[in-house]
Formats: sequence, C-alpha cells, structure tokens
Amino acid sequence: MHPYRYHRPGSLAEAEEVLAGDGDPRPLAGGMSLIPVMKHRLAAPSDLVDLAAIGGLTGITVEPATLGIRAMTRHAAVAASPSVRERIPALAALAGGIGDPLVRNRGTIGGSLANNDPAACYPSAVLALDAEIVTAGRRIPADNFFLGLFETALEPGELIVEVRFPVPAAASYRKFPNPASRFSVVGVFVARLADGAVRVAVTGAGPCVFRVKAFERALAASFAPGALADLSVAADGLTSDIHGSAAYRAHLIGVLAEDAVADCA
Amino acid sequence: MMRVTLDINGREHAAEVDPRMLLVEFVRRCAGLTGTHVGCDTSQCGACTVHLDGIAVKSCTVFAAQAEGHAVTTIEGVSPDDGLSPLQAAFKEHHALQCGFCTPGMIMSALDMIRRGAATDEQAVRAGLEGNLCRCTGYQNIVAAILAGAAAMAEG
Repeated sequence: MHPYRYHRPGSLAEAEEVLAGDGDPRPLAGGMSLIPVMKHRLAAPSDLVDLAAIGGLTGITVEPATLGIRAMTRHAAVAASPSVRERIPALAALAGGIGDPLVRNRGTIGGSLANNDPAACYPSAVLALDAEIVTAGRRIPADNFFLGLFETALEPGELIVEVRFPVPAAASYRKFPNPASRFSVVGVFVARLADGAVRVAVTGAGPCVFRVKAFERALAASFAPGALADLSVAADGLTSDIHGSAAYRAHLIGVLAEDAVADCA
Repeated sequence: MMRVTLDINGREHAAEVDPRMLLVEFVRRCAGLTGTHVGCDTSQCGACTVHLDGIAVKSCTVFAAQAEGHAVTTIEGVSPDDGLSPLQAAFKEHHALQCGFCTPGMIMSALDMIRRGAATDEQAVRAGLEGNLCRCTGYQNIVAAILAGAAAMAEG
C-alpha cells in the first residue's frame, strides 16, 4: 500500500474542502472495496477522507411513496430494516446477499454506488427502481448515473448523501453469485413501478449495469415469466472470464429475469 | 505518522502509527493481543474478526485510525480470566477446531450472530459463517458448537 494522509472531518463542508485539495484525495466510506484495492496498489490516493464522523449520513426515512437511504447506511442495516423489508423486500434481500455478514457490517450503499463495480448488486436495484442519487448539490436520476466501468456521473469530490427509492408495485432480484465472493456473475433486478412501468436492470454481465429494453417492453405488455420465452439477450459486449463466457451470461440473464418475474407475481 | 488511541477490551492503547496501519496490526503489535489472527489479509477468511461497538468486522479491512472513538473487542476480551466462556466451552465440547487458526474469528462472528438472535438453526448458522473460512473441520462441528453455545448462552 502506498502512503496516504488520513482525515476524519466532522462535516460535509470540511470533507469537500479536503477532497477539493491537491493530489488525489478519495472519500472512504465502508472501505470494503477501497482498502483491498489500496493493498493491491490498484488505487493510491494521496489522502483518505473518512466519512464516518459526518453527522446525518446514516439512516432510512420513510415517505408515502419513497424510501430514502442515507449514503453511509450499512448493508446489514438495510437488510434488517423493517421499513425496507415491508416496502421494498427485494432491496432488503439484495442487501442481505452482498458479500458476507462481516462485509455487510461495514459496507455502505453510497460507497457501493460511487464505486460502481461492474458486478456489484446495488446498481441494479437503483437502475431498475428508477431511484435518485442525491448529492450535496443535485439529484441525479439513475439513468444518468452509471456511465461505465467504475465510472459514474459524480464529479471529483462530489459526495452521495442519500439514495431515494420510489416504492414499486412489485420487485425481485435474482443473482447467480460467485460462490467465493458473492459478487454477481449475473444479477437481474426486475421492478414494476407504481405507475405500471417495468424496468429490468442487469449487473455482473457487462462492464456496467444496463437495462434490457426488449424485456421491459414485453413485460409491460404482459407481466408474466412466459412473456420472455421468445426473447434473448445478445452475447456481444458481455463479459467473458473464468467465471463464465459471454454466451453463458447472456443465457443467465433470461433465466434469472424469468425467475424474478415469477417471484414478483 | 499519526497518534491513534484505541479502546480495546476496555483498556486504552495509544501509539504513533502510519495511517496505513490496519486495525489487526494495531491489535497484534501495539496492544500485544495476538489472539486475533491474520489469515489471508484480503478480506476473505475472517480469522481477523473483532467487534467494533459490538459488531463483527474484518480487522484486516479497517484502518486502525478508523477505529478511534469506537470500542474494539477481541477474543481476549470475551474470555473470562479463568476457564472458558459458554461459547468457547461449546467449541471444546464439540471438537469444533483442529488447527485452531480460524477459531478466534469463528467465536467473534458467532457471538455477533448469537447476540443478534440470528443463530436459530443450522441453515442460519451456516449463512452467518459465510465470512469465516475453516480449512480443517468441514464446518460440521463448528455449526454444532455455535448452536449449543447459543442454547447455553440463552440459559444464561
């Protein structure tokens, strides 16, 4: 690991000041991805800005049609939250399936989304549920947030403070996990929103989470597993690695999407 | 270098450390508490599991500086001065260890699981141990020991 300077600011303003400084400062949330990549020297920030002491960045708020999850809320807290389990059970289940219990006790929703790992689970929920990413200065719709491999619409130093999930009519997440890491080899989040729109988001299969519009159109016409029977996703552009070929991943997308729709019904 | 003061098992330990120092290194080198093990150093194995404010975490993936202001509990902190805690006794009784390297992490994870009321049956215990690897036992006796320990702790 390369040397760095550690900061623990008590307010967002202080954190943003350090993050706007010279060098390559990075925010530190739960650290479940950043610390391992620093050990491997894949990241070498000049400064780490630990967000843990900033007030008001944890907790879950319930509004009539929306769940707000503050950025530093741990996966374990989302998984165990009665509000999330009641209103968006698929989201609670997704959080409860990330990594392992010890990772879920540290990892945060904001950290996961800002990192935008191609195999992370949370991006699929945010994209399928048409959630909004709230930063100190603006609100970013999910469709504009995930830009590419480990790339998001966040400006340097811009911090996520909250993620706002519209409560859907029905939703389900199905993943084929890597048995060691429990990252998704493929994960499919299907949501039927309150206004009837259907969104299908896929993680793990490509360089960045993406929607399958053909599945969405078919499910909008008929929200049943059979609606996907004649559809498939092209393997072009999907990931091929030791865990699975692009063709295998393309096949899994269809299988998991059907499972998720069946689970919604 | 920076000064880090940690509350470990109710005792204050202060040291001048590099910001890169991991919590597990502080626990072992600065506090001299070597019951917490470094297995993989890559967040896989859970041998380094300690509690931060009562919650089980992998101390190889937390910087020592991050733990300042929080209560750190290690395997030494959950063992009585003489004899064994009910969970440790259950591990002994059920032969839940062979080489023993993973055992401190297993105990710390299991304690968190039991206190959350999550050690309800075999399936739940196996799911709760997903972050802890054992290369000797095949887990069977670890799971049995945790269920027995949970029952013993419930009896008080």
